[in-house]
Amino acid sequence: MTGNPVTASSNRASARPAASSTILSIKGLTKIFGGLTAVNSVDLEIPRQSIVSVIGPNGAGKTTFFNMITGIYEPSSGTVDLDGVSLVGMRPDQVTQAGIARTFQNIRLFASMDSQENVMVGRHSRLKAGYIDSLLRTKRFHESEKEAEDVANLMLEFVGLARFRHELATNLPYGDQRKLEIARALATSPKLVLLDEPAAGMNPRETEELKSLIRRIRDDLGVTVCLIEHDMRLVMTLSEYITVLDYGSKIAEGLPHEVRNNPKVMEAYLGRGAAAGEYGKEEILKGGANA
Amino acid sequence: MTAIRPGSQPPVTAPDRSIALIVLAVISSALLLISQESSWLSRLPSALANFLKNPLVASLVLTFFLANLLFAYRWNASLWAKLLVGGLSLFLILPWAGRDNTSVLDLAIQIGIFAALSLGLNIVVGLAGLLDLGYIAFFAVGAYTWGIFGSGQIGKVLTYFKDNSANNGPVVAVGGLVLLIITALSLRAINRVGGKRTPVANWAFLLAALGLVIGVTLLVRGLVMLAAANAAGLTSGVNPNFFWLFLILAIAAAASVGVLIGLPVLKLKGDYLAIITLGLGEVIRVLANNLGTYTNGSQGITPIGSASVPWFNSLAGAIGFSPDQYNLFFLYFVVLIIIAVIVLANMRLDRSKIGRAWIAIREDEIAAQAMGVPLVQTKLIAFATGASFAGIMGVIFAAKQGFISPESFILNQSISVLSMVVLGGLGSIPGVILGAAVVTILNISLLPSLGEATASLNLPPQVNPAQLQRLVFGGILVAMMLFRPEGLLPSVRQRRMMHEDDDPSGNMTPQDSIAGELNPENAAEVYSPGVATRADNERGGGTQ
Repeated sequence: MTGNPVTASSNRASARPAASSTILSIKGLTKIFGGLTAVNSVDLEIPRQSIVSVIGPNGAGKTTFFNMITGIYEPSSGTVDLDGVSLVGMRPDQVTQAGIARTFQNIRLFASMDSQENVMVGRHSRLKAGYIDSLLRTKRFHESEKEAEDVANLMLEFVGLARFRHELATNLPYGDQRKLEIARALATSPKLVLLDEPAAGMNPRETEELKSLIRRIRDDLGVTVCLIEHDMRLVMTLSEYITVLDYGSKIAEGLPHEVRNNPKVMEAYLGRGAAAGEYGKEEILKGGANA
Repeated sequence: MTAIRPGSQPPVTAPDRSIALIVLAVISSALLLISQESSWLSRLPSALANFLKNPLVASLVLTFFLANLLFAYRWNASLWAKLLVGGLSLFLILPWAGRDNTSVLDLAIQIGIFAALSLGLNIVVGLAGLLDLGYIAFFAVGAYTWGIFGSGQIGKVLTYFKDNSANNGPVVAVGGLVLLIITALSLRAINRVGGKRTPVANWAFLLAALGLVIGVTLLVRGLVMLAAANAAGLTSGVNPNFFWLFLILAIAAAASVGVLIGLPVLKLKGDYLAIITLGLGEVIRVLANNLGTYTNGSQGITPIGSASVPWFNSLAGAIGFSPDQYNLFFLYFVVLIIIAVIVLANMRLDRSKIGRAWIAIREDEIAAQAMGVPLVQTKLIAFATGASFAGIMGVIFAAKQGFISPESFILNQSISVLSMVVLGGLGSIPGVILGAAVVTILNISLLPSLGEATASLNLPPQVNPAQLQRLVFGGILVAMMLFRPEGLLPSVRQRRMMHEDDDPSGNMTPQDSIAGELNPENAAEVYSPGVATRADNERGGGTQ
């Protein structure tokens, strides 16, 4: 996308030659549930190897927006292109195969599996071995299993959970479960990872760890990150570009400081009075408090 | 016994029980052989002989003998002792005991059949989490596949077509073939136009699927008409040696029906899936009832042939089987081999990416799909795999009974296989085999013999065990689910899930009491799908 201020800044992190500076291009994305327009004609361009955020008050349509990108909902209209390939109409597993992985707002780990197996499931779509290979225990099967295990261990190490490898996923502390979801998503070798409220329920120390983890995902793995988040401090310090949704429509976008000072955003979060300059808006939107 | 904690080493090693195992095996084998052998019984004092002849005692002796196999599997004993006990019991003593009293072999084959059914249903319900209440339909498909061709029924079908249709077989066959090719080509074209990226209109697929079904039907009908000329040659079915081919064909037939039934219903979940599979299971039974031309309707098909291997028959003869029991002896060993193959396939699938995908779907469909697991395809594989196990055992069932009718495939059978899976332990291979054995022994041997043993007491019907079999069985199921909901031999997963809150300090919990006899090391190793544990190879022997 030309003229996007983030493009230039994200180039410094660019490790691979990029076909185009935009990795995900969304145009006019709309979802209508019965009479309710949950997401109304939203455009979004995510630059390659950037960290961008989608924010908005509760019920603004952020998760619906994610669900449309990942194929869980089919958009009522609009287009989603990942590196020039249209994702509309794909099943979630095909979207994952195409290169988008995600985590969930309410943690969705596989309860009866240990951490390692959880992450190994994430590798599913990249393994070459099939049904017959599994039955006959061919060479390809053994290679695939080894690959799955290696990737799982690597990713567990990456998010700092290597010591919990054989612990049941549900036994992990809450913050670690969120990290495990991130490891599982990364095991799919995505181009873009969507994090749905990764900091929800985390204490300040865990949030700091998460912040550096998200940066490492971009810097070390070269994966583009898009997050939905309520923690303003996290969003403002981490994101290179922010899109704000309210009542399903995009009301603002831009660099963190631009968004922070946008009257429409203040209005959406704090009500009309705050937007007019009362009630210490600065403190709230600078990240002095969690919205 | 401590709760199994991930990553923790088994704290205690149970004493080696090789000697105990062998002693028990010898005692139980001796008891079994004596109680089944009329010539030996007659030499015993009559009081003792009568005691051993008591149906309940005989049934308990048999149960005790079979329990040895469980001990051999679970106890901490040296490998040679386990293999010796398992091997001798299965390959020598059981067939030997069965030559005088065929009910022993009959029970063993019945256990084998239900073990295979349970293993198949375990994949669908236990691993993939799809509650299938019509599972017995696949068993029926396998049974009828061999039943029709292995008996005079095929001759009757051909004669019917010879008498009732104009001589247009070639036209119908060629028409069907052409339709088949056209739809196959158009499906390919649809696929190419649509590609993987964009959805293809549902109607296009529906039309193509319809064309495919009609094409296959016409082709088969045409071929049947063509073959009708040879009806006279098939009045007693195809050559019995085609039995082997039909084992494979039944797998294919049952798997195809599994996919056909699965395609429309697998979008549903939970209760809805259960009800619709129940309905489709009944549809298959009603079809068997109403397609009288092919299945002989409610009167059933009989006699159904079975393969025979000459040297095997002479072996049976040498041991002392009478010629009409050769077939049972032969099928017993076929069942053993098939079970071994099924267990191996089950374990391998389970510990692979397919197995992980099944469990992922069971735990959370949306998350599984978001991680790249194709839902419909993975569920269909589960359905088809489970169905194929039932299909191959259907052939065995038809060959063993020599008679099949729709009555053999009623809803009750589906429920009873499900109860075996749940009783044994959802998702646990040794568990469901044990579940199948326990339920089959209870239903076929123990409970009926309880009735026989008390028949002479002239109890009033209200308290007569003969009348109360189902009640007793129901009571056992209820008690099991209350006190040991994870099943007799739960999978490690289930165990870990259900016993997270157990006191880890080593106190025995009520739930652990049945397993309390066991060696914790073994218990920890009841294998975990998706993760290879050590001692895989050890576990294979003597467990079926």
